[in-house]
Amino acid sequence: MAEITSPAGPRPEPVGSAKSERGGKSVLGPDEIRRALTRIGHEILERTDGAEDVVLLGIPTRGVPLARRLAARLAETEGIRVPVGSLDITLYRDDLRLRPARALGHTEVPGSGIDGMVVVLVDDVLFSGRTVRAALDALNDIGRPRAVQLAVLVDRGHRELPVRPDYVGKNIPTAKREVVRVALSETDGEDSVTLQLAPEAAR
Amino acid sequence: MNRHLISAADLSLDDAVAILDTAEELAHLAERPIPKLPTLRGRTVVNLFYEDSTRTRISFEAAAKRLSADVINFSAKGSSVAKGESLKDTALTLQAMGADAVVVRHSASGAPHRLARWVSGSVINAGDGTHEHPTQALLDAFTMRRRLGGPDGLRVTIVGDILHSRVARSNVWLLRTLGAEVTLVAPPTLLPVAVDGWPCSVSYDFDSVLPASDVVMMLRVQHERMSDAFFPSVREYSRRYGLDGDRMALLPDHAIVMHPGPMNRGVEIAAEVADSPRSTIVEQVTNGVSVRMAVLYLLLSGSREHDGLGEHGVAEKDAEKHAAGNREADKPEAGKRGAGKRRAGERELVAAGGNPSRPRTGARTRGPA
Repeated sequence: MAEITSPAGPRPEPVGSAKSERGGKSVLGPDEIRRALTRIGHEILERTDGAEDVVLLGIPTRGVPLARRLAARLAETEGIRVPVGSLDITLYRDDLRLRPARALGHTEVPGSGIDGMVVVLVDDVLFSGRTVRAALDALNDIGRPRAVQLAVLVDRGHRELPVRPDYVGKNIPTAKREVVRVALSETDGEDSVTLQLAPEAAR
Repeated sequence: MNRHLISAADLSLDDAVAILDTAEELAHLAERPIPKLPTLRGRTVVNLFYEDSTRTRISFEAAAKRLSADVINFSAKGSSVAKGESLKDTALTLQAMGADAVVVRHSASGAPHRLARWVSGSVINAGDGTHEHPTQALLDAFTMRRRLGGPDGLRVTIVGDILHSRVARSNVWLLRTLGAEVTLVAPPTLLPVAVDGWPCSVSYDFDSVLPASDVVMMLRVQHERMSDAFFPSVREYSRRYGLDGDRMALLPDHAIVMHPGPMNRGVEIAAEVADSPRSTIVEQVTNGVSVRMAVLYLLLSGSREHDGLGEHGVAEKDAEKHAAGNREADKPEAGKRGAGKRRAGERELVAAGGNPSRPRTGARTRGPA
């Protein structure tokens, strides 16, 4: 489960999530997640002239299945095949020195490349904006897209950088000490978004 | 993972796999328009080379630069070492300059181990005497994995001057950890006395081992470390232990031929073998950069409080390993020629690697023993 705890580390590894008990306040269920993605799909179509030249890049871990679902939705509804890839941002993080060395995620840029394309970054939760900043740096080294847009399933606020999402599944007002947990069937066996107190605050 | 990389024998399976997985991701980087990452910006890597090297030094330098670290090259020639400065004083100089990592190659076995007590940064062994060369073993394992999968279950035959080879020693220990079967082939005079304590089998008959090998690794005869005659003539050595086209034909179709370099064509490996598609010699050099980037990333990117890979219980785990190392040293076989003792010593150093109170050097020598 994605665990969003501290502003400095918006995407810690999901280590230890197994022992923290399930529960907290359910914010989105499977149907709502599905509807949110469908709506984001439609918005992408509207805002990019029928998803022409669009590349979806998911940010590991949970951005990747979300990007794949979005692409599947676009193929279903409009019959458009949009290239999908993944963009690992670990090596571009600004908090590498604050934590132990991390395992790298997988970066896979579709064969079409990103030069001159409209890249839509896809992530599960938008919090401080630092992940997105790292993703923009990473994109810089891969090519020069015509435009970069941002799609997130949940925007929980508390931005620390001037970052604004283009497509939002759900805005969830949160306190800083709360944790937004996103579970997806591809990675966690179920679709849900829950809100709970941070482990250190609950202790 | 520990703070230093001194011996391949210290790497746990998880550490070794983490390095290879990281190298796999980093290897894709070379295909990008800008093969450079900002990850180690502001960190300083010193290449401290007391012995000649082409591949290893350039490879470490390229790896550090691709991660945006600053690189300072030091070779014993033309430095104060030529004026008689000791390793310790050189180390203190580096310490004063604030090196985050020291990549050291030295003709004395154990030099990196000593160095690790004198500097506060990470020490990476780039070959010490006839002891170990862990990044070479890692890049060899990485090459095997990319070509054949594994290395779990692969049958690896290492041929040549095992006695003087740090590459062979590091490979034996690392490949054992990764689950490969290793067979050493060499004239009896070029095998270490304690080889029966190594986790591998030994053969004197090259031809009989070839059909059952997935990987053949040829080693150079290290004349510069030889004071005696270890075999009657180079020609005889080459006929019995060299890999030529006829011998290569005995290998299974999928088998690969490796060589850590530098090669002596016509001695341990024939030119037609070195240039055949089965040879991975050039690939090994490319893979070396990826693997060294992975090592530098894993040793240097993390916080100073919890160094290395393991977040939880690093200290306890290392303490256990340390205790196990001592037990091993107590066994009679490990006492031979001091090899076991030295290995236990390495572990002692490493056991303290997870200790967060690094600045106190005294703390590092303290262990459960």
